[in-house]
Amino acid sequence: MTRRSSNILTYIFLTIVSFVSIFPLIWMLIATTNRSVDIVAGKLTIGTKFLENYRNLMVSQDLWNFFGNSVKYSILTTVCSLFICSLAGYSFEIFHDKAKDILFKLILMTMMLPFVALMVPLFQMFSKLNLLNSTLGFLLPSLSTPFLIMMFRQCAKSFPVEIIEAARIDGLNEFQIFFKMFVPTMKSTYAAATTITFMNAWNNYLWPKVIMTKSSSQTMPMMLSSLTSGYVTDYGMLMLAVLLTTIPTAIVFFVLQKNFAEGITGAVK
Amino acid sequence: MALFLMIKGDVEMNLRMKQKLMGWLFLVPAVALIICLSLYPAIQALLISFKTGTGVNMHWNGFGNYLRIFEDKVFLQSIKNCFFYLIIQVPIMLILGMILAVLLNKPNLKFKGAFRTAIFLPCATSLVAYAIIFRSLFATEGFINSVLIKIGILERGYNFLSEPTSARIVIIIALIWRWTGYNMVFYLAGLQNIESSIYEAARIDGANIVQTFFKITVPLLKPTILLTVIMSTNGTLQLFDESVNLTNGGPANASITMSHYIFNKAFLGVPNFGYTSAMSFIILIMVATLAFLQMKVGDKRD
Repeated sequence: MTRRSSNILTYIFLTIVSFVSIFPLIWMLIATTNRSVDIVAGKLTIGTKFLENYRNLMVSQDLWNFFGNSVKYSILTTVCSLFICSLAGYSFEIFHDKAKDILFKLILMTMMLPFVALMVPLFQMFSKLNLLNSTLGFLLPSLSTPFLIMMFRQCAKSFPVEIIEAARIDGLNEFQIFFKMFVPTMKSTYAAATTITFMNAWNNYLWPKVIMTKSSSQTMPMMLSSLTSGYVTDYGMLMLAVLLTTIPTAIVFFVLQKNFAEGITGAVK
Repeated sequence: MALFLMIKGDVEMNLRMKQKLMGWLFLVPAVALIICLSLYPAIQALLISFKTGTGVNMHWNGFGNYLRIFEDKVFLQSIKNCFFYLIIQVPIMLILGMILAVLLNKPNLKFKGAFRTAIFLPCATSLVAYAIIFRSLFATEGFINSVLIKIGILERGYNFLSEPTSARIVIIIALIWRWTGYNMVFYLAGLQNIESSIYEAARIDGANIVQTFFKITVPLLKPTILLTVIMSTNGTLQLFDESVNLTNGGPANASITMSHYIFNKAFLGVPNFGYTSAMSFIILIMVATLAFLQMKVGDKRD
């Protein structure tokens, strides 16, 4: 096979895969502008029923309540867990000693615990503590994740020890070194961690399904899931809800996309 | 002089101690949270798994819950389903992800960014959202059916989600769609750590694409491959959102996953936390065993 023809095959293959990757999303976008009947009939052109679908969705669901909850939970989870996990990852690398290395291995082991195993004891604990339907209840189990700790520990390896020594001589304390020197240099790792954490928090479905019993505390994915439970599905309205559930994660992803790959590269090294 | 040295030593000791203390202080929030919200509940779940009854009336039951699992046809079915997804979907996804990463890593490729973004785009969708998109696409009156009818393959809508095999295949297709790009990013990151001079040398030595792939790319990517295999295995054995929202476990539990079944048993109908905890420990044993085996295999030939 010549180089030229293999190149053409590469482009064809990548184009097909790209098309398959994008098509369901385009179909969803187009469906938000059409009536359910037309969507079912296979209409693939942009329609004029977007506002109607929006109105239907607003009437049937307290949309902005769910949206607001999801935004609130996801942002708080991201901010808190980045802070907690990067502190820990930094310490595991910079102040490492035998005891910490063992502790780190133990933490990695907890990664294997399936969430369904923790779900019941956590549910019992949280109902005793009166944390059902609360923001704190949503946050707590996802604040400290072994994966993020591992990622920050990995990237701290590339943080030069000399800088730390120099900063100590200059009289900076350990917190100042962390906040003024480590955090700003590790921007791409923070960006990757933000993308991953925000998406995980936004997508989290099992845990809120366990503890959010009141509709006023429920999330977008839960609302979305409940939309399909009726006998007749209004696809236009459903796809609009899908779109609204996807927009925030897509924005986070696109804003941080460039740093995401860099951050992951640091973590995989 | 001696006094000065002593003071200096003291100050250094103090500093060392202070740093050590700070190191532990930095760990406190993360470690405390993991102990309280992972380790402690895990131990509790283990204890509950040997008990039976509801609410406060729980009593010890030995291995009763674990024995019951072998007679629970639905749970056995859910184990089969998860392994069906694991064995078929994970290899396809990882191999496809790796091929795409290798193609996108070619230095002279045009539209690299556009391809990469397009292929990664599915990962930006929420899990419930993509499950519902696929459920709609594959519905009896859905888009896939209307296309198949138009090009004459089908005469009328086929209900993909009401046949056991096709329902499972739809889940696999959806999973591949959602996660291939995600794994591709890890491979791309891994590939960027490989010096291009190695490929140059291989090319000069006359190695073809296939040889280069198996002799250079795969061995050098091994840590990344191991990571993605363990992550995907773990994820597949804990699959929940797709089972609930794409097929609702149906038809008649033919596509239900372990986590979905455990959730139903724990929170719908009469709760039996002892039994659900026992089932979830079966998942833990599977995840741990597979991770252990994968690490053993991954560490070989070093």
